[in-house]
Amino acid sequence: MALADTARVAAPTPVRSVSTTNACRMCMPLGASLALAGFEGTVPFLHGSQGCATYIRRYLISHFREPMDIASSSIAESSTVFGGESALVDGIANVARVYRPAMIGVATTCLTETIGEDVGGALARIDGCRPEPADPAADGSVSPTGAAPALVHVSTPAYAGTHVDGYQAAVAATVGALAEPGAPTEQVVVLPGLVSPADLRHLREVVDGFGLSHLLVPDISDRLDAGVAEEYQRLPPGGTPLAEAAAACRARAAVTLGGLVSPGTALAGELLEDRFGVAHHRLALPIGIRLTDALVETLEGLGGTAPHWLDAERGRLVDAYVDGHKYLAERTAVLFGDEDLVLGLAVWLAEIGVTPAACVTGGRSGRLAAELVRLAPELDGRVTVVDDGDFAEVEELVRALSPDLLVGHSRGYPLSRALDVPLVRVGLPIHDRVGAARTRHLGYRGTQELFDRVTNALIERRQDESAVGYAYM
Amino acid sequence: MTEVLAARARQVARAGTGGVDLDCDRQSTSGSVSQRACTFCGSRVVLYPIADAIHLVHGPIGCAVYTWDIRGALSSGPELHRLSFSTDLRERHVVFGGERQLEESLDELIARHSPRAAFVYATCIVGVIGDDVDAVCRAVSERTGIPVIPVRSEGFQGSKRKGYDAACEALMSLVGTGDTAGIPRHSVNLLGDFNLAGEIWIIQEYLRRMGVTVVANLTGDGRVDDIRRAHGAGLNLVQCSGSTTRLAQQLRQAYGTPFQKVSYFGLDDMAAALYGIAEHFKDPEMLDRTRALVAEEIATVLPVIDECRADLEGKRAAIYVGGAFKAISLVKALRLLGVRTALVGSQTGTAEDYRYLAELCDPGTVIVDDSNPAELSQFMATEDVDLFIGGVKERPMAYKMGVAFCDHNHERKVPLEGFVGMANFAREVRASVCSPVWQFTPRRARAGRSGTTAHTGRAAAGAAIEVMC
Repeated sequence: MALADTARVAAPTPVRSVSTTNACRMCMPLGASLALAGFEGTVPFLHGSQGCATYIRRYLISHFREPMDIASSSIAESSTVFGGESALVDGIANVARVYRPAMIGVATTCLTETIGEDVGGALARIDGCRPEPADPAADGSVSPTGAAPALVHVSTPAYAGTHVDGYQAAVAATVGALAEPGAPTEQVVVLPGLVSPADLRHLREVVDGFGLSHLLVPDISDRLDAGVAEEYQRLPPGGTPLAEAAAACRARAAVTLGGLVSPGTALAGELLEDRFGVAHHRLALPIGIRLTDALVETLEGLGGTAPHWLDAERGRLVDAYVDGHKYLAERTAVLFGDEDLVLGLAVWLAEIGVTPAACVTGGRSGRLAAELVRLAPELDGRVTVVDDGDFAEVEELVRALSPDLLVGHSRGYPLSRALDVPLVRVGLPIHDRVGAARTRHLGYRGTQELFDRVTNALIERRQDESAVGYAYM
Repeated sequence: MTEVLAARARQVARAGTGGVDLDCDRQSTSGSVSQRACTFCGSRVVLYPIADAIHLVHGPIGCAVYTWDIRGALSSGPELHRLSFSTDLRERHVVFGGERQLEESLDELIARHSPRAAFVYATCIVGVIGDDVDAVCRAVSERTGIPVIPVRSEGFQGSKRKGYDAACEALMSLVGTGDTAGIPRHSVNLLGDFNLAGEIWIIQEYLRRMGVTVVANLTGDGRVDDIRRAHGAGLNLVQCSGSTTRLAQQLRQAYGTPFQKVSYFGLDDMAAALYGIAEHFKDPEMLDRTRALVAEEIATVLPVIDECRADLEGKRAAIYVGGAFKAISLVKALRLLGVRTALVGSQTGTAEDYRYLAELCDPGTVIVDDSNPAELSQFMATEDVDLFIGGVKERPMAYKMGVAFCDHNHERKVPLEGFVGMANFAREVRASVCSPVWQFTPRRARAGRSGTTAHTGRAAAGAAIEVMC
């Protein structure tokens, strides 16, 4: 049994289809909405048909299990002929009246990009004709502080990239639009990528532990993982404070985690470096010992000192690796999801003895295969990487490889069920379990949790398949 | 006091304050954070349960990915409808057109899956980049020998209702192309039931016991070949009136088939639907069978309903759902459980629907069209509701405010239609309202009462509705 169990078929490269079946990505406006939701007092606003905002709300609500208000200009057929500026202007005024936001983040959609809307110009015109600060209540469109909301604009036509590109574009656009140059600060700007609220809380704790003054940009941790309130929070508390985001251009350094996006989408960290001379460090998502060590080294390089508890967590993680390694030996996994997450997970799985035999993402950076081998050289020649893939391709690879495990989001469940391969749920979306916001992936601590889940999934499978019914494994 | 945007002033009213005449069926107000989706959504929800067809979304990826198997429309056979197909347009298609991409996608998917038909949904940019979808569909249909049906569902065309119309148009193109030989006189088509959680099978079983044959499901557990011969049925039953009444009207006009509007939610409406069918066919024996069926079914579920009612009596509910027809049934069903409706609204109701709701509900009940989180949350607070009945987008809003919730939308996994559905509904409502968790939420903790105790310190209901400048 053991021998047959380990005999593997080499994976063919899946057939490329003209059409897409069961996509392995979401659209740019979704990522932009999520990023904008991570700024304090901000309402994401999609300039397009009403459906874009509603579908994206539904999708994110099902993941976070939190309210997610996204406004829409709800443009009508006439707007596709005569332009949608009046819908945009009315919509912004209505959001300002009802929400009193500190910022409205306007992201475009395929429709408004295709009809050639001049959103930047329209926002500038709105800014130019606002009431004087002396009479801030003139039309009610003021934030609780009395200021008119800041307006930022990000271009996110769905056809140009993935939700991750949309996320990164929105972060860069917001940081660029808010930037207020001035005296340098001691802050380290951490650009965390599309990770969970639990990851963001842990990152804060880690960088705090190094004694470094820092800022997460953006930070959805409180706004999309909040407690129960007595009244509805139209603007959930939390998020990156706008004043601090404005000072990001004066930070001593920026650290981007992930950011393996399509060419053409500049990262906020790159913008900070190119335009404002902020030193930019770019790392993979810190998953596993090697990639988290890289973050630790970077933070030490910035003058921080690793806290003792972090060393202890690393020690316990290595101990867990040792305790569990026999359950993992010669096992294989198929991974799917966002490029950054798949990269981090694949490098990590390699270091615990699990071969990430196939990695499928909806991303189109074209850099995933090279990055994988750069960060985990032992994987050279052992991984099938599919960019711009869909679940038809994932299925083909799973059938060919018969992996022991699927690692990815809940969209892989139908496949997991059909082909009877256990699925360890990570990333976004997780629509079929509670706790997506509490799922930790990053740091030694996040890795520890992933390690236990992956190892236990394999143990459980072996236990279930055993005719004996061992109560000890 | 509840604030409402000036542009929406005529979409909110209270029952018992004179004639309720809402200005509905209009484009959502920009920036209002409407709970509605778009034209595409309307078409997609009506057509997608047809299980042996390919549903190809022509556009960039978003529209397809957000509608991938998200509604639990079950099939007793093929499950092609649960796959998400997209032409996945890219920048080059936006510049040079997407017709070739559409044609090649259709050829590829039809060869791969051998469907009985293909529906092609036009999304926003398709109208703008000028693809001739009709011509591509015609060409592929001729080549492959199956119906390839364009659906004019560009999102910006209007509200979800407009998408219903486009879907009905697509269905009309199929009806009348099949052989009606052998269809008995006592036969019906089921319109506007999407077989969520297997509901259509409950209705079919009732009809079987009555002696009525179902020709075609439009569209839950739907099959292309059945729909092609739907014009042979003796009667069309229209549930979810918002989406398929137009189709029923068109079928009456084209084929003379009469139709009845029905609702399968709640004991009264379910029984009325079955009696209406029996009376239509003027068959005394069928009427006897129906009486026996209704009596038997009600006897089975009444103990459950009585038990739940004992726990729910005196509670107050908010209803915000897609269609107003369902809202009407829900008001009645809640009444049977001793629950008073304090707020009722829908995404796609008509002025007539809202007038009827205003008459049906107690004076003071808030009636609202195309609402949003700001309004709904304010009303939940001013009306001090214990329960919210809605869909996925309303759920976290209710939970965050310490209000119980019952999903009456596409994500439901428990059938709520039929007599048994009423018992399930009662249990679903009780499961949430009577949970001990509410005692810890700030709203209930402050009131010093748990979710299961009688109301005290009720907020003043009937607070004013203020129009914002």
